[in-house]
Amino acid sequence: MSEVKIGKAPEGSEGPGYFLTSLDKIVGMARENSLWPLPFATSCCGIEFMATMASHYDLARFGSERLSFSPRQADVLMVMGTIAKKMGPVLKHVYEQMAEPRWVMAVGACASSGGIFDTYSVLQGIDKVIPVDVYVPGCPPRPEQIIDGILRIQHLATEPLKRRSSEEYRRQLAEHGII
Amino acid sequence: MEEVTDKIPEEQIESRLQDPLVEKLQSQFGEDIYNAYETYGIKTVVVNHERIFDVMKFLKETPEFNFHFLTDECGIHYPDNKGQELGVVYHLHNMIQNIRLRVETFFPSDNPVINSMTPLWPAANWMERETYDFYGIIFEGHPDLKRILNMDDMDYFPMLKQYPLEDGTREDKNDKMFGR
Repeated sequence: MSEVKIGKAPEGSEGPGYFLTSLDKIVGMARENSLWPLPFATSCCGIEFMATMASHYDLARFGSERLSFSPRQADVLMVMGTIAKKMGPVLKHVYEQMAEPRWVMAVGACASSGGIFDTYSVLQGIDKVIPVDVYVPGCPPRPEQIIDGILRIQHLATEPLKRRSSEEYRRQLAEHGII
Repeated sequence: MEEVTDKIPEEQIESRLQDPLVEKLQSQFGEDIYNAYETYGIKTVVVNHERIFDVMKFLKETPEFNFHFLTDECGIHYPDNKGQELGVVYHLHNMIQNIRLRVETFFPSDNPVINSMTPLWPAANWMERETYDFYGIIFEGHPDLKRILNMDDMDYFPMLKQYPLEDGTREDKNDKMFGR
């Protein structure tokens, strides 16, 4: 049996009976360990995601057991599978409905770059339509890789303000015409 | 078991099919039945595209033919067949006697207009929309001829051979990435 580990406390001053830190650090820590993913699964990577959610790999261990099937309550948009060009506007619409802070994870070769589908009908990577935070390579990736992607999103989620106000994020939003 | 090869033997294509049904069809439509042959066990007739609706109506409604089921309808593009670049292929099925028939018709690509089969088979509706979507073939008499699978704002017909299959916006397929 491994020991139960408690999450690391953020920086702050500590004394008997009190702990002082900034609110955004506490909120960031809470966010980090309770990300609600919105699975946008269109093909085989979605099957890998199902394995990731199931008991063997158990994404619940990382605080993401609560899937949100409404974009309005979701934190992470997980795009898993081939996105046809016709699906592009739909995906963008889903992204636009998500509230800030929001993150996007492109799972698998198709969502990242179009994969083997270099053809007239397939979007060559979802970053042609929406900004992407984490790319998970693989065709399809193993559940361990998807968990690794979630952990990287968690790392970003500790400081959502930093990312939201970054030049790069604003540039990408402007590029894709998302306000 | 018969050996299946990619190539259809020449003599099989060229031989005029000795078949009572095909002979009846030829006696009805004469020179408008351009050719008749059998490949892979399916009887095939090539029909004048201007008479295609009459031929199909005859095949469906004449009791001895009884081809009541339209299995498939699709387009095809042979850019080298001058004047007959585009084609439509119909697969018919007589379910009572279990007979299948393939009907082919070809027409020039600069005037790709042909009668719609929707008055005969409602199933032709979506299949003709798909054929229009990919080959740009106009089906006259179709109730709602618009794209079905591709994006509405696509400005070409992607299955025509002059267009590339690849997307063209791909960034990771250049020589630098593959070390060439």
